[in-house]
Amino acid sequence: MKLTVIKSSIANIMPLCKREFVAYFNSPIAYVFAAVFLVVTNWLFFQQFFLANQAMLRDWFGLLPWMFLLLAPAITMRSWAEEKKTNTIEFLLTLPIRDSEVVAAKFLSSFLFLGLILALSLTMPITVGRLGDLDAGVAAAGYVGALLLGGMYLSIGLLVSSFTRNQIVAFLVSLSVMFSLFIIGSNNVLSFLSGPIASVLQFLSTATHFNSVSRGIFDTRDIIYYLSFTALFLYLNVQSISSRNWR
Amino acid sequence: MIQVQNLTKTYGPTRALDNVSFQVRTGEVLGFLGPNGAGKSTAMKIITGFIAPTAGTAVVDGLDVCDSSFEIRQQLGYLPETNPLYTDMKVHEYLRFVAAVRHIPASERANAIKRMVSVCGLASVAGKSIDALSKGFRQRVGLAQAMIHNPDILILDEPTSGLDPNQIVEIRDLIREIGKEKTVILSTHILPEVAATCSRVVIINNGKIVAQGTSDELTAGTSREVVYIKVKGDRGIIRQTLSEYHTVGSVKQYAGERDDVHAFAVEIKEGDGRELIFKAAVSNRWTLLEMYRKQENLEDVFRRLTTSES
Repeated sequence: MKLTVIKSSIANIMPLCKREFVAYFNSPIAYVFAAVFLVVTNWLFFQQFFLANQAMLRDWFGLLPWMFLLLAPAITMRSWAEEKKTNTIEFLLTLPIRDSEVVAAKFLSSFLFLGLILALSLTMPITVGRLGDLDAGVAAAGYVGALLLGGMYLSIGLLVSSFTRNQIVAFLVSLSVMFSLFIIGSNNVLSFLSGPIASVLQFLSTATHFNSVSRGIFDTRDIIYYLSFTALFLYLNVQSISSRNWR
Repeated sequence: MIQVQNLTKTYGPTRALDNVSFQVRTGEVLGFLGPNGAGKSTAMKIITGFIAPTAGTAVVDGLDVCDSSFEIRQQLGYLPETNPLYTDMKVHEYLRFVAAVRHIPASERANAIKRMVSVCGLASVAGKSIDALSKGFRQRVGLAQAMIHNPDILILDEPTSGLDPNQIVEIRDLIREIGKEKTVILSTHILPEVAATCSRVVIINNGKIVAQGTSDELTAGTSREVVYIKVKGDRGIIRQTLSEYHTVGSVKQYAGERDDVHAFAVEIKEGDGRELIFKAAVSNRWTLLEMYRKQENLEDVFRRLTTSES
């Protein structure tokens, strides 16, 4: 019984996910952001890399959360906003697909797209590995951390996009939310605060958790943090979509 | 097949639908008639499960739209009024996508798409991006999307808008054909379309149903007729005299041909108005130049019902 439900859900999600994924390649915006992301990160990384002359990826993983602040909202900004603007949402939500399945399909496709861009950035660790003695474990941990952080960012971006029909608004608001979540854990902010508030902010911040993962320290608490917040935002997204049926 | 009971939908202070009840049986094509903003689209959005009603119920095939929207949507094809399409896709890509999300078995997809391409006349644009299509072709893609899975219930919001006259006739024939076995609701404000395709009509105005029945019932229910005359004589006296008969409703003047020839549309409540007018003309020594009568048609019924209150 349960199995058939899962099977039918997958059958609902797959074609939608495929369409959404292909749609990224039909729009120039995603190409532009992906290209800018790869060029800028490569440039910034290798500039430092040859100066420091050390086979380490720490700079790259320090850069990544900042670049994601721009890349993730760019990927998700059109997801719902565009559907609302062109009213295709009326077609989409009258298909025999559950709201949760639509959200899952949108999240999966954006996650795949982000994964693809990250895969293209593997040139950096490969180059570093050829030039020196790279700790492959740390690099792998960093990439897993990047995927976890990216997933959470995308879930925020999707949620924000579902509140508006304007892509620019979706981009800027997502960026602000992600930025706030990122800096509340930084020392600049925490130095003004003390006691329980500081530790709560530190716990909530995406930066704190990413720092430890990117240094190769795999703590289940960090993984649980990312997965649970991603799930929370996706759940809120389902609610915001079905809110049209409230009252 | 579809039962709608006391359906009400409010958007803030506005009542888009006010206590609307009607039903549609299998093998019936129901026409929704009404001016813009009457509530036709709102009723359709509720039946398709896109929005929830504020009050009242809509039951499709024994299932309530609020509780079982998912099951209902599986047997339903819907063309929204705005005909939303993913314009970044090519026509055949889009139809393949719709066929896949509608769970048409992979082995039958190619045939289903081929059938819709020929039925909706899409062969010449199948490889084109939807972006590049004219309004009429987009409308055909929208129709193809709604019918590709051969649904039991078809809900079409202004299906023929943007189509050329030949295409309109083809689509009407198609809808009538489908309507023989399936359940169809369509909305329109093109009145001849209703007489041509619909077995029953619901006229909505300001969110309320003002009339329903077959198009014959709606026109036969009223014995009203209008007699159009052209008369030579004093304008004021003619109007005055005619208005005084108790079987005459309104007397409206419209443009005559010369200064001394006056044209009137005389509404007759009962009896043969022609005889009355002829006798009035003789006894008052008017010269009657022209006279013909017209039974009230669906268009007149529609205009009478939807303009009187506003």
